[in-house]
Amino acid sequence: MSGLLISVARRDLLLARRRRIEALLPLGFFIVAAGLFPIGVGPEPQMLRQMAPGVVWVCALLAAMLSVTQMFASDHQDGSLEQMLLSSQPLVTVVLGKVLAHWLSSGVPLVLAAPLIGVLFDMRAQAIGYLALTLLLGTPILSLLGAVGAALTLGLRSGAALVFLLVLPLTIPALIFGTGAVGAVDAGLSAQAHLSLLGALLIVTLLGAPVATAAALRISMD
Amino acid sequence: MSHPIVSSAPGAGLLAAHSLACRRGRRLLFRGLDLQLERGSVTWLRGTNGSGKTSLMRILAGLSQPAEGEVTWDGTALRKAGSNAHQAIVYIGHSNALKDDLTLAEAVAFLAVLAGLDEPASRSRAALAHLGLSNRVDAPVRTLSQGQRRRGALARLVLDERPRSWVLDEPFDALDAASVGVLSRMIEANARRQGAVLLTSHQAVQIAGAREFDLEPWRAAS
Repeated sequence: MSGLLISVARRDLLLARRRRIEALLPLGFFIVAAGLFPIGVGPEPQMLRQMAPGVVWVCALLAAMLSVTQMFASDHQDGSLEQMLLSSQPLVTVVLGKVLAHWLSSGVPLVLAAPLIGVLFDMRAQAIGYLALTLLLGTPILSLLGAVGAALTLGLRSGAALVFLLVLPLTIPALIFGTGAVGAVDAGLSAQAHLSLLGALLIVTLLGAPVATAAALRISMD
Repeated sequence: MSHPIVSSAPGAGLLAAHSLACRRGRRLLFRGLDLQLERGSVTWLRGTNGSGKTSLMRILAGLSQPAEGEVTWDGTALRKAGSNAHQAIVYIGHSNALKDDLTLAEAVAFLAVLAGLDEPASRSRAALAHLGLSNRVDAPVRTLSQGQRRRGALARLVLDERPRSWVLDEPFDALDAASVGVLSRMIEANARRQGAVLLTSHQAVQIAGAREFDLEPWRAAS
């Protein structure tokens, strides 16, 4: 089972490496979109510091949604998805492999780029650290929830837009706890509660989303 | 009106359809369809365009659910038959399930992983050699002709020699005369191993012992 998970993830990462431009688009969007805020709002350091966690998190949400719409689309188009559904191996494992590859190729670069945006917003080093930590816990949630949305809208004409509408409301708790943790650290308080809740959210999503995605894929392909 | 040649005794077939009805949108394609794919049989599924050949194949493979009736594998409902049935049924549809950005060997090896086979890389190369593609194994799928891609897709039939139930939708499409001969021999060999084959083809099927199953008598009045 873990062999299949690794094979699926490795194959999707190989595909991402061979379509490098396409794979780097979400990261480019994240940096450009977050970088526009200081220009648009003005260079007031206190205001930038205050809005930074929210801006970074919202931009990360949108960047993740941008790439997640394609998670199953090309496999659906070329018939690979049919073979995944017909496989004697559990479909949930295939889904987990694809989510893992999506997180490694789209989520991790966002986590790594977040400190750069933090510097741009004049955030303190400790707050930047917590921002990256919350994104490290939060981006897998985005990939997992995005997979459910991508599976539900598979083959629909306005699928990409629908994924945004379906999934973004579900990411609100992650957004609240993610930005809350950084805000708490900035105010000199402990971020423990926010991080614990974000971690719990990740576990719950990890348990529920792959099963829901597998069921949605079967319905979409019927 | 011609009648199906294939027997319809319940429970006798490896893969069997009992009183199947299929609906696409509001249109009822066929109703009351009984079909048995017995061990060692080759069945040529015939019918006019839009008669429901592909829909029937997808139902038999387990990709779609029938509007009425049931599909059984070795006497057990396909839905409950579990991974044994999924391992024993191979479905090749119109799409080749090969990713453009992978090499032919990588793409077929991934299909071997999905089939739960060990040593996917060596099996993939051996299968592609069987189809006369030894010199193209390291070529990206996107650089191949339609015929080569089809042969690549058909390579998954010879990843191992286990008798299976093959459900092949237009397998002869885009193949040259030599490849048609190779595929015909592969089908005959699977039947000799006590596997079963159901296929559609616009060309006349020249396979020893192939029986015809005409979909027309089962078509619902539109």
